[in-house]
Amino acid sequence: MATTVVIDYGMGNLRSVSKALEHVSGGSRIEITSDPGRVGQADRVVLPGVGALRDCMTELARLELIPAIVDALRTRPFLGICLGMQALLDFSDENDGTPALGAIGGRVRRFSGMSVGGARLKVPHMGWSPVDQVGTHPLWKDIETGSRFYFVHSYYVVPDDTRDVAATTGYGETFASALARDNIFAVQFHPEKSQQAGLTLLANFLRWNGSCR
Amino acid sequence: MTLATRIIPCLDVDKGRVVKGVRFVGIRDAGDPVEIARRYDEQGADELVFLDITASHEDRDTMIHIVEAVASQVFIPLTVGGGIRSVEDIRRMLRAGADKVAINTAAVSNPEFVRQAAQRFGSQCIVVAVDAKKVSAPGTPDRWEIFTHGGRHPTGIDAVGWAQRMAEYGAGEILLTSMDRDGTRDGFDIALNRAVADVVPVPLIASGGVGTLDHLVAGATLGHADAVLAASIFHYGEYTVQEAKRHMAAHGIEVRL
Repeated sequence: MATTVVIDYGMGNLRSVSKALEHVSGGSRIEITSDPGRVGQADRVVLPGVGALRDCMTELARLELIPAIVDALRTRPFLGICLGMQALLDFSDENDGTPALGAIGGRVRRFSGMSVGGARLKVPHMGWSPVDQVGTHPLWKDIETGSRFYFVHSYYVVPDDTRDVAATTGYGETFASALARDNIFAVQFHPEKSQQAGLTLLANFLRWNGSCR
Repeated sequence: MTLATRIIPCLDVDKGRVVKGVRFVGIRDAGDPVEIARRYDEQGADELVFLDITASHEDRDTMIHIVEAVASQVFIPLTVGGGIRSVEDIRRMLRAGADKVAINTAAVSNPEFVRQAAQRFGSQCIVVAVDAKKVSAPGTPDRWEIFTHGGRHPTGIDAVGWAQRMAEYGAGEILLTSMDRDGTRDGFDIALNRAVADVVPVPLIASGGVGTLDHLVAGATLGHADAVLAASIFHYGEYTVQEAKRHMAAHGIEVRL
C-alpha cells in the first residue's frame, strides 16, 4: 500500500496535517515519522512546520533527516507546507541569515508591514486570502483560482526563477503562495486548515504521480 | 480581493458542554461541543475558539478529548483557551489538535511565560486573551484595565499598554474581550477595540457583546478588528455564520463566502 510520511521534527502541529490527510486518504497509509529510514521508504513525503526556520534546520540536522529529505526532493512527490516550503529555498533573512535546503533557488523575506499605499499591515499575515493560480498543475485540480486558503506567516518566499511560481497572493506585496518544480509542490498556506479547498489539494497530492502535467 | 475579516464562533465549555453566561454568570446550556463545532464549520466559520471555563483540573481532560474529536472532523483553525498555565499545557493542547492556545491569567501572573511559549512553539500559535473593563469616569479620557479569573480580579494594569507588551513578548494575536459588554448583546466596546487595534502590530480579535449582525459589521469597520468573535447569536440558531458573512459582505467587508 502506498505510504505518505509526514516528517516530524518537533515543530508545529503535525497532527493537523496527518488528520487532514487521513480524512482524504481513502485508506492509504499516512504515517508521522522522524525516522530517516521511513522517509527513505515512503512513496510520498510531506514536510510541514510552523515557527522559525533556523530551529527547523537545526532540528532536521540533529535528527539526521536532511539526506533523506534531499533524496525525496529529487525522486518522489513532495509537499512542503508553510515553514516546510520556506525550508526548500536557499536562504532566509530570518535571524540575520539562515541557510536552508536549496532545492529551489531563492530566498525567504519578512513582510515589511506596509501596503503599497503606505498603510500599516498586521504581521503575521493571518487569515484567509485568495490564492491566484499560475498555469495549471495536477494539485490545483477541482480548485478554482482565487479560492481562499488559510495563512499564518511573517516570512514569504522569493524564488529566483519565476517559472517555479504556481500561485500568487497579495498582502502588501504580491508574493509566491505556491511553488512547483518537477516532483516538488510547496505552499505557504495551510491546506490542512483551509476547509474544502485545502482538503481537495491534499487529496490531489495523494493521487499525484509527481509530474507537472 | 484581500485578506478576509474572520468570523469566529466561540464555544465556552464547562464540564464537556457548551454554555453561555451573561457577564460570566447565569450559565445556559447550548449543547455538545463537537456537534456545534461541526455545524459552524459547515456554515463557513473561519476559525473556532474553545474556552474551557471548567474550574477543576480533572475536567481538563474532557477538553483534550473534545479538541481531539473536533480536530479529526473539522479542518479550520482551532484555538483553545482556559487554564493554559505551562509549556506542558500548551504541548498537550497542540498535540490534541489545537492550532493555537489562548493564554490569559498565566500571562498576567508571569509575562515571561508568553515569551517562553512563543519561543518554544512560535508566535503563530500563541494568542493572548485580554479581558478589559472600563475604569475611567464619565467625561474623562477612556481608560481600560485588565481583569483576570473570568473577570473577577482587577489588576490595575492598563489594557492598551498590556496588549502592546504582549505583542512585543511574542503573542501572535490578541483576543480582546470587553468585560462590560460580554454576554450583554449590546455590541462591542468599539472605542476599546479601536484603541488596541490601532497600536498593536499583530491581528486583533474583537470579543464581547455581539447581539446583532450590525454589531459584527461595527467591530470590523469602526472597531478596526481583524476578526470578530461571537457566541450566543450563533448558539441558539438566531443567525448562521453564513448569514453573518453575507451581512458583512453587503456592508462592503471582505469575507470568505
